[in-house]
Amino acid sequence: MAAKGYIEIDQVMCKGCEICIAFCPKKSMSVSDKINAAGYFPAAFNDGSECTGCAICAVVCPEAAIEVYRE
Amino acid sequence: MNKVYSRPALLKRKAFHHCAGCGHSVIHRLVTEVIEEMGIKAKTVGVAPCGCSVFAYDYIDVDFAESAHGRGAAVATGLKRAYPEAIVLNYQGDGDLAAIGTAETIHAANRGERLTNIFVNNAVYGMTGGQMAPTTLLGQTTTTSPFGRDSKIEGHPLKISEMLALLDGVVYIERTAVTSPAGIRKTKKAIEKAFRIQMDDLGYAMVEILSPCPVNWKMGVLESWQWVDKEMVKVFPLGIIKDTTGDRYAH
Amino acid sequence: MDGNSVIGEAAIRAGCQCYFGYPITPQNELTEYMASHLGRKKGCTFIQAESEISAINMVYGASLAGVRTMTSSSSPGISLKQEGISYLAACELPAVIVNMTRGGPGLGSISASQSDYFQATRGGGHGDYRTIVLGPSTGQELADLTHRAFDLADKYRVPVILLGDGMLGQMMEPVEFKHEAPEVPPIRADALRGAAGRPSKIVKILSSNPRDVEELNWSLYRRYQLIAEEETTSESFLVDDAELVVVAFGIGARIARGAIKNARDYGLKVGLFRPITLWPFPSEELQGLSEKTKNFLVFELNMGQMLEDVRLALGDKADVFFYGRPGGVVSTPAEVLRVIARHYYQRGCIRA
Repeated sequence: MAAKGYIEIDQVMCKGCEICIAFCPKKSMSVSDKINAAGYFPAAFNDGSECTGCAICAVVCPEAAIEVYRE
Repeated sequence: MNKVYSRPALLKRKAFHHCAGCGHSVIHRLVTEVIEEMGIKAKTVGVAPCGCSVFAYDYIDVDFAESAHGRGAAVATGLKRAYPEAIVLNYQGDGDLAAIGTAETIHAANRGERLTNIFVNNAVYGMTGGQMAPTTLLGQTTTTSPFGRDSKIEGHPLKISEMLALLDGVVYIERTAVTSPAGIRKTKKAIEKAFRIQMDDLGYAMVEILSPCPVNWKMGVLESWQWVDKEMVKVFPLGIIKDTTGDRYAH
Repeated sequence: MDGNSVIGEAAIRAGCQCYFGYPITPQNELTEYMASHLGRKKGCTFIQAESEISAINMVYGASLAGVRTMTSSSSPGISLKQEGISYLAACELPAVIVNMTRGGPGLGSISASQSDYFQATRGGGHGDYRTIVLGPSTGQELADLTHRAFDLADKYRVPVILLGDGMLGQMMEPVEFKHEAPEVPPIRADALRGAAGRPSKIVKILSSNPRDVEELNWSLYRRYQLIAEEETTSESFLVDDAELVVVAFGIGARIARGAIKNARDYGLKVGLFRPITLWPFPSEELQGLSEKTKNFLVFELNMGQMLEDVRLALGDKADVFFYGRPGGVVSTPAEVLRVIARHYYQRGCIRA
């Protein structure tokens, strides 16, 4: 059974480059509709997703804006 | 839940000035992670170039100095020779290392200077607005090759890593890309190796990292990451270009 | 010892650990001296760099690491170093740069000249900065001023230029070295050697806010004022009763001195004012002399460079005349005596 994972995306640092969204194997992220102070629409974690905590999103994130948790 | 990935502590808490999707941001993070994991902050001195990474010192929390454009290899040489115990990081872009700094690069490599060289190749002069670089691809349009790079007029993309591999003072050159999870992981390993080689006093070590520049390539972020993996690697193939360390670092 | 080697020996005795240079006539004896004396010395470095540009940037790197470091070249090579010198000044890094001037401009000649006075004293590179410039005139001064150059560089955290010339470099004179090399070479307290037990340090000038760069400029200029107050040096020779004062520096002063001694034998009351710090220029001392006489003859091996500083200092308080030979031609004392005599006998007569 796959591990359960959870991520936190820093909404201030995220520049909405959407790379994490493209590389996430579980399609666990999408673009937020809340613009941040720098003028970007950051990435957001989808509730109820099948995240396994693989951390690919954090590895590809240019802004080092993602922290990953795993059971 | 256990935290399995966090922002490195040595990465200063400052938003990167780089564009969204820029390879420098990824590479700064990887360099910082390696320094932190190897526990070498106390000995590391970085040399920052001119270019988009001119502010490297605002992010990577080690001693750092500015360098004149292209002269990083000479500055790093002076530093390392004056204080050999330092672990000297020489971080440069393609204009810095392979245009204005070509002589310094070749001769530092030829002398086998014990430096960890990070060469960020994004085929363009980013900071100054997207001019042609030595590594710009044929047919690629830039602000100073607006008709597309033509080999008859502008020459071919410069393969500096392959050139440096000819020199006996060079012990390790690897080319990687930071445009995929696997590429990023490989890049981090290569960076760590380049630090180990300096610490083991073996010779000149360099990692050439293919890096996306979405804004100056006039592409979307994902498109630029894919362009590296599809187009740049045809001209700059990934992999080990030279490695005389044998299986010294085999796991 | 030839003058070039004197500089090398004096530098080593001053604690210079790192020398980076490149071959260029007429200073190769200095580069070669450092090669044989620093090349395999423990804790020291000699590199023949790939260019003068690389050499000055290696100096920058070694200075970052807190050691006493120097480079040397001659006129065209010093031109190449200007960006690096500007960076040293901007980042407040001490270093010593030796210029054994040759005829210019361009490739010029390999013979002695003084045509880099402007380049040395006006900053030379881009931006508002100055370097201390020392003008030795004898073999002994090559030794003493080389040592002083390192001390001044460290004291004020500025680059210092030793402005010699091709003739001084080749001349063989007995010299007394008044210092021994230190047992433990000095390491600067603010050196960049890794953030062990302290926050990381950044050495830079670039800022997105020009006000930061402005403030650095003001701070450098306050320091330059202090240097001018504390370090200005000159020599006056036979000026007390002089009715004509020759102003000359370096090898020019050496030649003029010979001419003046001859002039005195003929009964001409001539003296010599010799700036030793070319920057800061001894304007006040020179102005003091204009109380004694209104007649000054500037003699230099160039088209009139220190001449401008003399005119600036004296204004309309004196008549300032000029004699010079550019391109690497070196006047003889006899030649200069003829010029002195002419200006002496015609003093006070401004002809059209």
